[in-house]
Amino acid sequence: MQEFMRNALVAGTFVGLAAGLAGWFVVLRAQVFAGDALGHVAFTGALGAAAAGIDARAGIFAATILAGAALGGLGERARADDVVIGSLFAWTLGLGVLFLSIFARSGGANGAEAVRVLFGTILGLSAAEVRAAVALGLLACALVLAIARPLLLASLDPSVAAARGVRVRLLDVLFLAAVGLVAAEATQAVGALLLLGLLAAPAGAAHRLTARPYLGLALSGGIAVGSVWLGLALVACVPALPPSTAIVAVAVSAYLAAAAPALLAVARRPPRRPYAASAARARANASTASETSAGE
Amino acid sequence: MAGLFHYPFMVHALEAGTIVAVVAGVAGWFMVLRRQTFAGHTLALIAFPGAAAAALAGLPLELGYFGSCGLGALALAGVRPGNRSLESAATGSLQALALALGYLFVDRYHGLLSGLDSLLFGTFLGVTSGQVVVLLGVAGVALALLSAAWRPLLFASIDPAAARARGVPVRLLGLGFLLVLGLAVAATSEITGALLVFALLVMPAATAQRLTTRPALGIALSAAIALAVTWGGLVLAYSTVYPVGFCVTSLAFGLYVTVRLARRPC
Repeated sequence: MQEFMRNALVAGTFVGLAAGLAGWFVVLRAQVFAGDALGHVAFTGALGAAAAGIDARAGIFAATILAGAALGGLGERARADDVVIGSLFAWTLGLGVLFLSIFARSGGANGAEAVRVLFGTILGLSAAEVRAAVALGLLACALVLAIARPLLLASLDPSVAAARGVRVRLLDVLFLAAVGLVAAEATQAVGALLLLGLLAAPAGAAHRLTARPYLGLALSGGIAVGSVWLGLALVACVPALPPSTAIVAVAVSAYLAAAAPALLAVARRPPRRPYAASAARARANASTASETSAGE
Repeated sequence: MAGLFHYPFMVHALEAGTIVAVVAGVAGWFMVLRRQTFAGHTLALIAFPGAAAAALAGLPLELGYFGSCGLGALALAGVRPGNRSLESAATGSLQALALALGYLFVDRYHGLLSGLDSLLFGTFLGVTSGQVVVLLGVAGVALALLSAAWRPLLFASIDPAAARARGVPVRLLGLGFLLVLGLAVAATSEITGALLVFALLVMPAATAQRLTTRPALGIALSAAIALAVTWGGLVLAYSTVYPVGFCVTSLAFGLYVTVRLARRPC
């Protein structure tokens, strides 16, 4: 196996794992649009850093983590409504265009940097970049898993969680900051635009397949990692295929396969409520969850 | 500044910008009311693979824009409302797939960089008179459809359950609206690029809805704001060194933030 393919596999595994775990909560909380916005923020952050002559990677991480925390802190219940998110990121993209033009005028390679950020460079990672991707991927996973239990309660029933002493606002901010970290990671692998392929598609498939939280989390991470591996294997067989397209195509196929039964039967059945049972269970377990978070 | 109208490219840009702003302002008002911002954004990005595929196949770009947005609207209408989690996952997956395909098509099509730039960020200053005519036709169709169905659409958007009980075909209206939104988005993205459609679709409508709750006034206001922002952005871009996309989005965003800070939601 070539060096660049091994690097891509190692980095992609941890990026996929982090995106799958965080994505499961993103889908549960119906915050895919916020994740999408963070992808656009990553684009602007990278180009802003490039325009200022700083390392693009630093720009991406700073921009997405800050924007994630800001989005988390915005609305009541920290679910910034979609209009706010839409307006914010339309402007973010406008800023990106400005940075791109400044960068181009200062003699940087014009479209190349933008394309790299938008569509990823998983096959061009250096050994140091792989080490960084692994470390940050593990950090994001650890962060999500550490807050998983109180976050689950806060996502399913915020008022009960608040009554039980869970710090819902803090969790919202922490979680979106973690998603920002994941977004920055995934930007390197599949690019800012295709981020949703790893964040939404594997998680959506997991939510279709099971309503059990921890099984769903594991499944989501597994499907995301599997998508990266299978996508890279496809690229190894068909070199003309861009790697980010291959990875996202595999992930979306997994989602479609998981959703197919529901899509086929949709005309006949009323919409089901997959979380009714787990919400009830979470309410029953609420005391345990509040003890956990109080202990932290 | 006086020379603004001497250049054909500026005149075409102003004409196209005017048409696009009115359609986006009106369709955007309904989109914001129906809380379909994410769906609108996804439709906007679906225009990108459509155009890239058309370029690759040697077909007219218009065909790609409108064909893919129509297909996208049908697919989005198939996403059943009711469960917000699964809805957002489905929309997100659709968007990721569309962008992945777009990247593949652009990659296959030689001239990756310049082509990608104009597909994503628009060719505001490269509009031709033929494009203006097409835009005018599309805008006419979209506005006619919206004005024909605006009362039941308003009812179905505000209270779907009551509307259904009164015999309003809510699902059909939802599909029809997505198709019209697709038309508007395709027309807009041809000019502003797939990524900047949002500036005209969301921000003027959101600003208008902060200012008034009266539907007719709100729609008119939304179109007027979109128009003002587009003209202002074009003039600003003409007289400064900044790109058009940045000027338009900044004006729209500035206005939205000002109104949001100055007024409580009504």
